[in-house]
Amino acid sequence: MNIDVLAIPQQPTRWQRFTDTHLFHSFSRDKVAMVSFSVFVLYLLLALFAPLLAPFNPYDPSMIDIMDSEIPPLWQEGDVDPRFWLGTDAQGRDMLSTILYGTRTSLMIGLCAVALQMFLGVVIGLSAGYFGGKIDSFLMRVADIQLSFSTMMVAIVVLALFQASFGAALYADLAVIMLILVIGIAEWPQYARTVRASVLAEKHKEYVDAARVMGFRSSRIMWRHILPNTLSPILVISTVQVANAIISEASLSFLGLGMPVSQPSLGSLISSGFEYIFSGSWWITVIPGVVLVVLVLVMNLLGDWLRDVLNPKLYKG
Amino acid sequence: MIAFTLRRLLQAVVVMFVISLLSFSIQDNLGDPLRELVGQSVSEVERQTLRDELGLNDPFLTQYLRFAGKAVQGDLGDSYFFKQPALDVILKKLPATLELVFGATLIIVCLSAPLGVYSAIKPQSIFSKTVMGLSIIGISIPVFLTAILSIYLFAVELNWLPSYGRGDTVALWGGWETGFLTRDGLLHLLLPCVSLASIMLPLFIRLIRSEMMEVLESEYIKFARAKGLPLMRIYFLHALKNTMLPVITVGGVQIGTMVAYTILTETVFQWPGMGFLFLEAVNRVDTPLIVAYLIVVGLIFVITNTLVDLIYGLVNPTVKLAEGKA
Repeated sequence: MNIDVLAIPQQPTRWQRFTDTHLFHSFSRDKVAMVSFSVFVLYLLLALFAPLLAPFNPYDPSMIDIMDSEIPPLWQEGDVDPRFWLGTDAQGRDMLSTILYGTRTSLMIGLCAVALQMFLGVVIGLSAGYFGGKIDSFLMRVADIQLSFSTMMVAIVVLALFQASFGAALYADLAVIMLILVIGIAEWPQYARTVRASVLAEKHKEYVDAARVMGFRSSRIMWRHILPNTLSPILVISTVQVANAIISEASLSFLGLGMPVSQPSLGSLISSGFEYIFSGSWWITVIPGVVLVVLVLVMNLLGDWLRDVLNPKLYKG
Repeated sequence: MIAFTLRRLLQAVVVMFVISLLSFSIQDNLGDPLRELVGQSVSEVERQTLRDELGLNDPFLTQYLRFAGKAVQGDLGDSYFFKQPALDVILKKLPATLELVFGATLIIVCLSAPLGVYSAIKPQSIFSKTVMGLSIIGISIPVFLTAILSIYLFAVELNWLPSYGRGDTVALWGGWETGFLTRDGLLHLLLPCVSLASIMLPLFIRLIRSEMMEVLESEYIKFARAKGLPLMRIYFLHALKNTMLPVITVGGVQIGTMVAYTILTETVFQWPGMGFLFLEAVNRVDTPLIVAYLIVVGLIFVITNTLVDLIYGLVNPTVKLAEGKA
């Protein structure tokens, strides 16, 4: 008798298991979600490979010629230059290249800031929810107070003070780190409250009791047992938070508190073009603006779709 | 209710204390008051005696108490740039900012409730879908970009509306200059208010819609419908009441956010308000003015948050139970 015929039915691979999930099914049926996701992936790729794709290096002053300034995009009438598809800005930098690099900077700051928020929020939310009592009420009171001061306000004040005390030159070097820290620290309560709420819901379930009876340490129960069950609300807020972080970064850069013009993010590009809008050079502001809005929009659409699919109990407030 | 109120007031006092402590340490560390007073050409010995006279060598606590004592009486020092009491400089700009916030709030309140309720009642209609589509685009455009684009469209291209400043204002009693009473002032208010409202309005429409849809699913609404009450009465009396609870809390936080966003709109429209002044003060390292701004804005935040919480406690009795247990 041939043993091979009696082979055990094959275990589904990871990919097969993924394609069987509710998430994947609703994704493959939702056109908006698919388009948003592809656009987001496109942005990620463009940002990742910006140095290879960009025809010019906007950080390199030797490649910039002031004589090339304010050239309109190719499709405009007038003095166009075939080297610059999207025209040039007031300093003569190629718009396409600065936008690619700017997207890279904006996305990096947004993602890192949200990673920091998530880390702080998860640690604080888990401990508050798991241990309860005094720690919980203290941490949540702090979160309430911090939430009542808007992130924008806190970020503007903190960055303004740093800029005033460091001086603009030193500040320009530290801008990336400062932006990530400020946006990251200011928004942790969003995660902390959501994680805490799910921990409270999970804490009294039997699998947690079982783990406790088996003698696992608190930290293991928190991270390995409870945390995986709070992932769907975390995923839902994360998309929206990245969108918000990118908007915050752009707004701060617009006020001159974020990225300097020499290392532009999308916000500082829009800001540097603002004064030329009155003289009719709209593309310096409008094109990076559209790039920014599309990026934020697809993040928000993805967030909405995830919220509908996963339908988590989000903390309202 | 009294315990809740007291607890809430205590929290407000603690937060104000922390803000004043922070402001004071800013004043202590940012810039050198001596240099602002006497310049560079004074010998080291004279500097030290001046420091002693001004009390700059006193222990931190003594200095803080002196600062707090003066601050409570409304004395936050003189602005280095304007050579006037910093608080007066700020308060003179307060009406401009408040009018901006008021105009934007007016737009938000008048539009968000009807649009939110309508799109909750008829989620499948084309109008609701358009509103929801526009509102997700709305929250994706940063305030300053809305402001810039509206300037470009309405001021530069079409030349319909003014692009900066407050226009003609009329003095009311108490030195409050308002732009609401002149045609020119209203025209100047229009773009900044719409830009400021542009990010909050979609947020509130979406919030009211999702809350309303949840409420419409609940048993008491089904019961009211089964009783045969007029639909309008169910929607606007029974359902809207419970929809408003979370809207109040979010609204309280958003008023604060709006004050922050005034910094952005004021910068774009060169609106002579507090936010614009604050950024100028930061560029000039005008410490007393920065501190005065922080304290005034901190006070606005604390007052609105406390009021919102108290109102919430008043309309939602379950809050008191939760507070009592904690």
